[in-house]
Amino acid sequence: MSAIDQRFQELKADHRKAFIPFVTAGDPSLDATAAALQTLSDAGAAVIEVGIPYSDPIADGPVIQASYTRALDSGTSLQAIFEAIAQIAPKLDCPLACMVSYSIILRIGLEKFVQSARAAGFAGAIVPDLLVEEAGKLREICQDQDFSLIHLVTPTTPPERMLEIAKGSSGFVYFVSVTGITGERNQLPPDLADKVSWLRDQTDVPVCIGFGISTPEHARHLAPVADGLIVGSAIVRRLADGEIQDSDARLEEVAHLATEIIAAMH
Amino acid sequence: MNVLQGKNSVESASPAMQQLPDGRGRFGDFGGRFVPETLTRALDELVAEYESAKKDPSFQAELDELLRSFVGRASPLYYAKRLTEAAGGAQIWFKREDLNHTGAHKINNTLGQGLLTLRMGKTRVIAETGAGQHGVASATACAHFGLPCVVYMGAEDVRRQKPNVFSMKLMGAEVRPVESGSRTLRDAVNEAMRDWMASVETTHYIIGSVIGPHPFPMMVRDFQSVIGREAREQSYHAFGRLPDKVVACVGGGSNAAGMFYPFVEDDGVELIGVEAGGLSADPGQHASPLSHGQPGVLHGSFSYVMQDGDGQTSPVHSVSAGLDYPGVGPEHSFWKDAGRVQYTECRDGAALETFDKVAKCEGILPALESSHAVAAALEIAAEMPKDKIVLVCLSGRGDKDAAEIARLRGEDY
Repeated sequence: MSAIDQRFQELKADHRKAFIPFVTAGDPSLDATAAALQTLSDAGAAVIEVGIPYSDPIADGPVIQASYTRALDSGTSLQAIFEAIAQIAPKLDCPLACMVSYSIILRIGLEKFVQSARAAGFAGAIVPDLLVEEAGKLREICQDQDFSLIHLVTPTTPPERMLEIAKGSSGFVYFVSVTGITGERNQLPPDLADKVSWLRDQTDVPVCIGFGISTPEHARHLAPVADGLIVGSAIVRRLADGEIQDSDARLEEVAHLATEIIAAMH
Repeated sequence: MNVLQGKNSVESASPAMQQLPDGRGRFGDFGGRFVPETLTRALDELVAEYESAKKDPSFQAELDELLRSFVGRASPLYYAKRLTEAAGGAQIWFKREDLNHTGAHKINNTLGQGLLTLRMGKTRVIAETGAGQHGVASATACAHFGLPCVVYMGAEDVRRQKPNVFSMKLMGAEVRPVESGSRTLRDAVNEAMRDWMASVETTHYIIGSVIGPHPFPMMVRDFQSVIGREAREQSYHAFGRLPDKVVACVGGGSNAAGMFYPFVEDDGVELIGVEAGGLSADPGQHASPLSHGQPGVLHGSFSYVMQDGDGQTSPVHSVSAGLDYPGVGPEHSFWKDAGRVQYTECRDGAALETFDKVAKCEGILPALESSHAVAAALEIAAEMPKDKIVLVCLSGRGDKDAAEIARLRGEDY
């Protein structure tokens, strides 16, 4: 059992929902990322997703893509990310999952990547460009190391395939709310709640919703049907807000949003 | 005993090269599908639609008729007599894809995928383009079929390939310059994929090369194979046998795949792919993943790619926008590792010199992409006896490059 599995068990026992924020490692610096992780953990995040910047992120919208570009431009290497996470992870109250392209995992080597990520303090990985049928080898390695492998389902995924994906996932299943890329949206699809409820009835793996969630209103509407909500671009945008010069003030903004969303979820 | 041996040999024999890819889109280890889950259903639908179209004689007949009356196929085989004399060795022949409507091989694929778009009932087309040839071919097919078309093009390429940008607009396509990353072909593919992620239910993405997730590498190769099929048949008419060597340039690798595929089981025919050698073999100075890269994942498939030690895509360079790409089609990776195709590279300078030579010796302006293939062919031919034959895929015409060549020379255009 990974630390993510454990966290969802605790939440279930407490009848709580998981707030899962996303931050990009190294945007604008790894020190800033560590400060953001501490802020989000203190604000009550259940799990935090840490984006490993990638040069060609086809699933990401402009906010996260730009954030990856800034992180890579400032010279953020995988080794430096692992070192920074190893420093900060013991101080946090929540497990960390990395969001990482399969291009990176494959280049490092499947086994070596999982070992290094785990040693750094990650409890699992979300690999957005790895389909369930291509994931067999990585899944075995993750299972051996008690490392969660979180797959995504989308509104276009047929029901029987959703079940197959849930079966191949550990930690949680990432339910993508919309057909498209990451980013904030005013409207979420009306049938989303039904689809998530259906999947939750069919599987024991927790189901969390992500993509497009940015406001307390979204959280109030979706929290009842899911085990957790993932908030990405809305946080990344606040952390990179050029209008606010003072980095502490940016962190306050993020803590404020986190607190509001958590309150709306319960 | 004999029966058993026979059975074993059948089981252990690798499938014939022309039978690839397998059901998962694999050419050996290469290819496959490495994309977000959002695209899975559309890719599955595309596989099903393509398989049914392939078996439908009316689809093939409609495509053949378009290739004849709209594109002007078959494209001729041409003996480059004065170039042959200048090289002083084997005969050099061109497969004249530059004579196609829109001036390159790209139209073979866009008409095929355009017909598929209609068949699937999708109402919008997106495409990426590097040199602009695929963008123009997509805009052309869409104008012909009455489909709206959005073309993503790196901002740097928009600058380098202005005439093509204007042609696309004239045919009603919307050209969206891409400002992210290196502002070239790779970024255009990223942006087109992002569009497709959000529009997949109504939109078909016409990928312009033998890259991307399954079934694109197979499908684009099949549509381009008309080049090699014609060339093979024309060879018998022109010189009574198959050529000794066949040469084509490789960026993503679609003209090369289309040229080589019908020859891969002809053991006597040597196949040579020419990558963009850029300025030097140093990292970032070329676009030759088969020569200098290693296997990895980019844009949905597993193939040779230029990456750093962290798996980040490396910057690449080529004077030719159509070859300025860090990846390559997975079937080329397979052919390379299987030893069936030999891959070499040609530097910017040699390509530019060859452009000049072909223009002055033959009265043909070759595309800078194709100039890479001709440059390698000239070297190869020079080492061979005069009764041998080297066939080059002249994949496109070079009018689009005239302005960039003038700029590089500091001349007015």
